[in-house]
Amino acid sequence: AICRPGGSKCRDLNYIRFILIQNRAGKTRLAKWYMQFDDDEKQKLIEEVHAVVTVRDAKHTNFVEFRNFKIIYRRYAGLYFCICVDVTDNNLAYLEGIHNFVEVLNEYFHNVCELDLVFNFYKVYTVVDEMFLAGEIRETSQTKVLKQLLMLQSLE
Amino acid sequence: MPAVSKGDGMRGLAVFISDIRNCKSKEAEIKRINKELANIRSKFKGDKALDGYSKKKYVCKLLFIFLLGHDIDFGHMEAVNLLSSNKYTEKQIGYLFISVLVNSNSELIRLINNAIKNDLSSRNPTFMCLALHCIANVGSREMAEAFASEIPRILVAGDTMDSVKQSAALCLLRLYKTSPDLVLMGEWTSRVVHLLNDQHMGVVTAAISLITCLSQKNPDEFKTCVSLAVSRLSRIVSSASTDLQDYTYYFVPAPWLSCKLLRLLQCYPPPEDGAVKGRLVECLETILNKAQEPPKSKKVQHSNAKNAILFEAISLIIHYDSEPNLLVRACNQLGQFLQHRETNLRYLALESMCTLASSEFSHEAVKTHIETVINALKTERDVSVRQRAADLLYAMCDRSNAKQIVAEMLSYLETADYSIREEMVLKVAILAEKYAVDYSWYVDTILNLIRIAGDYVSEEVWYRVIQIVINRDDVQGYAAKTVFEALQAPACHENMVKVGGYILGEFGNLIAGDPRSSPLVQFNLLHSKFHLCSVPTRALLLSAYIKFINLFPETKATIQEVLRCDSQIRNSDVELQQRAVEYLKLSSIASTDVLATVLEEMPPFPERESSILAKLKKKKGPGAVSVPELDDKREGGELNGGGDRGPDTAAMSASNAVSRYVLVASSCLFMYIGFVCKNNGVLFENQLLQIGIKSEYRQNLGRMYLFYGNKTSVQFASFTTTVSCPGELQSHILSLNVQTKPVEPLVEGGAQIQQVLNIECLTDFSEAPLLNIKFRYGGALQNLSLKLPVTINKFFQPTEMTSHDFFQRWKQLSQPQQEAQKIFKANHGMDTEVLKAKLLGLGTALLDDVDPNPENYVCAGVIQTKGQQVGCLLRLEPNGQAQMYRLTLRCSKDSVSMRLCELLAQQF
Repeated sequence: AICRPGGSKCRDLNYIRFILIQNRAGKTRLAKWYMQFDDDEKQKLIEEVHAVVTVRDAKHTNFVEFRNFKIIYRRYAGLYFCICVDVTDNNLAYLEGIHNFVEVLNEYFHNVCELDLVFNFYKVYTVVDEMFLAGEIRETSQTKVLKQLLMLQSLE
Repeated sequence: MPAVSKGDGMRGLAVFISDIRNCKSKEAEIKRINKELANIRSKFKGDKALDGYSKKKYVCKLLFIFLLGHDIDFGHMEAVNLLSSNKYTEKQIGYLFISVLVNSNSELIRLINNAIKNDLSSRNPTFMCLALHCIANVGSREMAEAFASEIPRILVAGDTMDSVKQSAALCLLRLYKTSPDLVLMGEWTSRVVHLLNDQHMGVVTAAISLITCLSQKNPDEFKTCVSLAVSRLSRIVSSASTDLQDYTYYFVPAPWLSCKLLRLLQCYPPPEDGAVKGRLVECLETILNKAQEPPKSKKVQHSNAKNAILFEAISLIIHYDSEPNLLVRACNQLGQFLQHRETNLRYLALESMCTLASSEFSHEAVKTHIETVINALKTERDVSVRQRAADLLYAMCDRSNAKQIVAEMLSYLETADYSIREEMVLKVAILAEKYAVDYSWYVDTILNLIRIAGDYVSEEVWYRVIQIVINRDDVQGYAAKTVFEALQAPACHENMVKVGGYILGEFGNLIAGDPRSSPLVQFNLLHSKFHLCSVPTRALLLSAYIKFINLFPETKATIQEVLRCDSQIRNSDVELQQRAVEYLKLSSIASTDVLATVLEEMPPFPERESSILAKLKKKKGPGAVSVPELDDKREGGELNGGGDRGPDTAAMSASNAVSRYVLVASSCLFMYIGFVCKNNGVLFENQLLQIGIKSEYRQNLGRMYLFYGNKTSVQFASFTTTVSCPGELQSHILSLNVQTKPVEPLVEGGAQIQQVLNIECLTDFSEAPLLNIKFRYGGALQNLSLKLPVTINKFFQPTEMTSHDFFQRWKQLSQPQQEAQKIFKANHGMDTEVLKAKLLGLGTALLDDVDPNPENYVCAGVIQTKGQQVGCLLRLEPNGQAQMYRLTLRCSKDSVSMRLCELLAQQF
């Protein structure tokens, strides 16, 4: 039964294509790309994701089909955290992956708000790289990630 | 824990960001940025060497400016300098700049790789991770070349820190994805697989992604990972909710790692080792059991994490498709979710059940949820959930519930969202066809489909209903009656008129006995729609009318009158005008017998894969329609043929067969035939346009000059031409490659423009390329399709040979299928010189003194295609008394003999 069309996850397509944090007005607060796109394409994707996600309400699912992929997203106050993955990927695992990431940010920035992400954009990248790398989940333990971030913070 | 204050460390950066945020307009922002860029540029160019802090600050500002969407064309060198700093914060900004603004400048790549190399060998875990993250983020070929051999060493070395291992594993994965040829695991394989046993769960989490990817490519080399994965999973699943400490998420032990383990197992068939298999089944049962336990927390995070594992376990169960007990349990669990208050869960349950429906073990269990699913289709607020419900109904459909499901889908269509209508229409059409027990139900369904959602009924759908009606005589009378009734509606969709025109034209006689649908009533009904229809539909109706004249001689006078009126016979559309003229002439001069032969009922279509199924496959990718295929195996699909028929060539030509009925440009055909033996001349002419051709051929290449002459005194606007090749029409294998340059869009009155086509013959072919011409003449859009006279014989190279050689070759080509022969009456005079000229024009060598009978003609040549050469021998035997010819062809390729024989028989 290996690689039966439709049923199998046996494809090397399963990885995160990009992670986006946008506010309601569509301003990008983080864009992390794990697939090659040129600059125009990135801009288009950012706009499309914003258009797709912001029209949905709380009764809707946290998943949207998007081109040949899907977006798993969750809204925190005015910020949308979006992860683009393959259609066969595990929705709930990525949905909680987002939440895990947000809890780390919250702890690290002490009640994170949008401005923290703006002024510390270069630190946000470090947080992302600790938790997601090469489009895969790298580390899921909040304790371990925060310990590492505080260690880095103490370095000059 | 101490929180990070805003922009600590780099005050200048924080000030700059504040300034930008305070800008009231885009202009002000650009002004502020330009000022900053000038400042940074002067600092970088200044004589005073910058300290590391300033360099870091300015590079970080440049990065911020870039992320705002502005171009940055300097600072790369300074960023590279930061890489060799000893301070973490400086190095980090340097690496970040490089990762975000990848530059393929080779000089820099060398420097960057050098810095990475130093950091990788620094034994400082923080620096090593920075370097590895940079490689993972950039992942270029150059980096793979430099580091692909080094990273596995770091990954498995005993003294490597855990966090470095995590990064190394994923870094290697990235390089493997970009340059698989450079990442050679060989000797490392076993040690990498054993990372699944690592004490550090983070290392396992990272390494398993690498192992999964490598297993997909080399399943045999990595198959030991199966038993390791099962035991790791088993330990996690059986651990208490607090055992794993750091890796417990809302009382769920290691949810992400569990999902990844279950996903890795989906790369393999069920474990062969009984003990391993038993342990795995136990894990899966435990996961299913836990779903029934009361939640340990009310938080959605808890249930999401738990269900993430559950859905992944169900995926694995479906992947194995061998444990009926687990499949049915999975189905029952999903059934509970169908009514859950969380939309996410309802959505995922519908989605997952869709794959369960295709398993023979759970198909029946899925079917029991039909009412809930129908209800979801009717009541869900989120369109994507309704879509999944529709998918599931489609997947669970079989003969037992087809009528109910099709009826529900039809009624949903009346209010369905525009975004999913077309797909719904296709699905209804497929189910109706697939499970049609009585074909009257099928006809009713499709006509309903056209009535409800006519705009979304693609050509494939209505072509298909016609194919089926033509092929099944038990339904023809019913179809005629039903479509006749449907056409009574004051407003009916144009697709209905098309189907009506076609079916009544073919089978109107079956209902003509009823005075309520007498021939004239039928005709008047069709003709009442005529003026509201588009040109292609009108063309089809005209064909239906001429068929009426044959079916019902009593309608002849009425129809001739219609054809004769100015709006037909002088219609500005050439196609319509041509049909009107030809049909009128045909009906006036042809005898009843000739008419009956020409207008005979369409022959049955060859049975082949449904063209709509092919379309749905194309739309959704191969996986999406696997369900009806499963059914094929079980019940022997009657109309769809075998499941996986590959590219939809058959479907395409089936629709072509119908479309040919829709568009015939017959007089052009005569012109086209004239070009078989000549290369230059006039291809087409009407009162607006003349098209001349000059062409030359060498080997398998040809060049054709097309001359478009505007015969009027008015400008043609938007003049465009397109050429489509036989391969595009018939299959995905292109046999001709035709390159064109676009023509000038304006052709002045009286002017002539020229277009050059470059032609390459890839393999032998029988269909000619089509030339489509569109232009505006006085506001009216003109549309013309012509066959271009590119025939296989154009690629002939003449071959001279002696009588001996000729007959030797002739004997070699003696297999029955290599020969094609036709005996036919002479259409033209049998003048020797004319015949010789034609045979030379064909492109072959005309061989003298070969045939013992001097009356006969023999020719030899080789057809040059890109892929192969086809040797051809020809013999033409005239019989002057009987005014007949016998034409024999023998070629080294069967299809060529056939094609040449057909072409030439029209020439003499």
